[in-house]
Amino acid sequence: MSARNIGIVYRKELTEALRDRRTLITMFVLPLIIFPLLSVGFGAMIAVLIGKAKEESPKVMVIGGEDSPNVLAGLKKVPKIQIVPLESNWKEQVVNKQIPVVVEIPEGFERNLANQKEQTVLIHDYEGELKSETAKNKVEKYFNEYRDSVVKDRLAARSLPVSILKPFAIKPHNVASPEKSGGALFFGGFIAYVVVFLCLNGGMHPAMDLTAGEKERGTMETILSSPISRSHLVLTTALTTAALSVISMGISFAIANSLNTKPIQAGEADTTLHIGVGAALSVFIMAVPLAVLFSSVLITISTFAKSYKEAQSYIMPLIFIVIIPAIAAMLPGVELTPKLALVPILNVSLLCKELVIGTYHWNYIAIIFASTCVYAAAALFLAIKMFQRESVLFRS
Amino acid sequence: MIEARGLSKRFQDKKRGEIRAVDNVSFTCQPGKIYGLLGANGAGKTTTLRMLATILEPTDGTAIVCGHDVIEQPEKVRANVGFLSTATALYPRLTAQELVEYFGRLNGLDEATLKKRVDSIFNRLDMNGFRDRRCDKLSTGMKQKTSIARTLVHDPPVMIFDEPTNGLDVMTARTITAFIHECRNNGKTVIFSTHIMSEVEKLCDTIGIIQSGKLLSEGTLAQLRDQHHEQDLEDIFVKVVAPHYAPAEVN
Repeated sequence: MSARNIGIVYRKELTEALRDRRTLITMFVLPLIIFPLLSVGFGAMIAVLIGKAKEESPKVMVIGGEDSPNVLAGLKKVPKIQIVPLESNWKEQVVNKQIPVVVEIPEGFERNLANQKEQTVLIHDYEGELKSETAKNKVEKYFNEYRDSVVKDRLAARSLPVSILKPFAIKPHNVASPEKSGGALFFGGFIAYVVVFLCLNGGMHPAMDLTAGEKERGTMETILSSPISRSHLVLTTALTTAALSVISMGISFAIANSLNTKPIQAGEADTTLHIGVGAALSVFIMAVPLAVLFSSVLITISTFAKSYKEAQSYIMPLIFIVIIPAIAAMLPGVELTPKLALVPILNVSLLCKELVIGTYHWNYIAIIFASTCVYAAAALFLAIKMFQRESVLFRS
Repeated sequence: MIEARGLSKRFQDKKRGEIRAVDNVSFTCQPGKIYGLLGANGAGKTTTLRMLATILEPTDGTAIVCGHDVIEQPEKVRANVGFLSTATALYPRLTAQELVEYFGRLNGLDEATLKKRVDSIFNRLDMNGFRDRRCDKLSTGMKQKTSIARTLVHDPPVMIFDEPTNGLDVMTARTITAFIHECRNNGKTVIFSTHIMSEVEKLCDTIGIIQSGKLLSEGTLAQLRDQHHEQDLEDIFVKVVAPHYAPAEVN
């Protein structure tokens, strides 16, 4: 009887939700826009900006160097920089980002080189500004190479081998597979963030509609006068809400997958990252208890509200509370530890980050799945208690 | 059959402290009879009927509905009751038929019985024209018919009406009063609340006058006339209620 009733209410609530334009927009249209926009659009935009900065030929002003024609000629030959005549307000121009860098060559540079006197080439730049950094790197590279050639000549003049200055080489070698390193790490964190957000987003509207919305429309009293018990009713509502958030997430994943998302950090330019079926499935399974947790909290809060609008104003702050741990998980260096594995939301985000790039820590998976289930059960219990309070149901 | 035994409901209000919305109310409603609960706004009518329908739980006392205690077996009570009030709205995104079927299923009807029941109710109430129309697209009259169909679908022996004609135009109100009559003629136990004297005079077999949560006077119209030496029901009502009347704020 009770299982039958839950089934009946579940079917009806799902039907109602899927006929509601607001639900459809938050569940289907929002991810449809957000995902391409955030992953592809945003990533592509960054890639374009970085590429553009690299492609552009930055203008470079030179102070001095009139007595060092060789250095100057070499500088002019550096590809993709443009030497422009010096203007007196050069400093101002750098500060105003009109010109990326100004090189200052000390007086008598080449003569001093010949005499082996110590001296410094100054590159005036705007630290942290993308175009200035790019130009500075190009100029710096040229001077480094020029210095190396001078050293080589000096060593050759004394018949000494080059290895006297470079006794050994140092070279990093990445042993992590490409899909688990570099941009992939960031991508994993990003997906985890999106999962948490969509999980909450998908359940938000149905939870408010099925509680505060019903109170507002007067259907609450109708359903309370039917034989279904209140605990079954709220249980079903939580189930419906959770199902809708999971469905909403599934749609988003399908979209993300079909887009073959480009890595956001333009590490290796050609690697395309996308969530594999296995990873998507495991993230999905981890999200189920999370969806129940969110739904129960959402229902507890919106049951208290008298109207849909009131529920909305209570739920707004909740979004921030939920998003913060999700963002924290995106930060580099925040990794799973036994303690963090017990922090709700953060633990699932951190785990999803690993799952997306294909790392399975089974012990963590077990702990996190179990702890999220416990939190979800506690929240569900709270929602049931809340729903059984007359003072809350008939708040006026 | 409904038997209220010392039914009481107290609320805590932050400003006014404890409120006795219903205070030790006892009465009996017989099958095939209509019991009218007559009272001003805030007299305790809605709270009393909500307790009978197990939507609210009594603080003290209890009621037996069709042999089931409202506190011990609320789900069994609800299965035997049809509850209709102006506050019981319809799901806007379901069609009239879906809505009636939904409540039929919740009341444990199997699909074959449900179909027969729904067809017969829709025919009788002349609802086939808007069977598949969504409830938010129905006129007030159509909505009332759908609500009636909702309360009837499981053929409950007890009907509870809480100010069923409140805010309805004459024609729609007539559908409801005719329906209440029909319930009685079919041998159902009917209780309904109102503050409209003419409705009570026309419909009720027994009248209970309620004010400040207390049942002040009870009897047939003839008995009340005898007791209070007045002919007009409104005069009787004022005579009974006036000593206890304080403009109420509770609803």
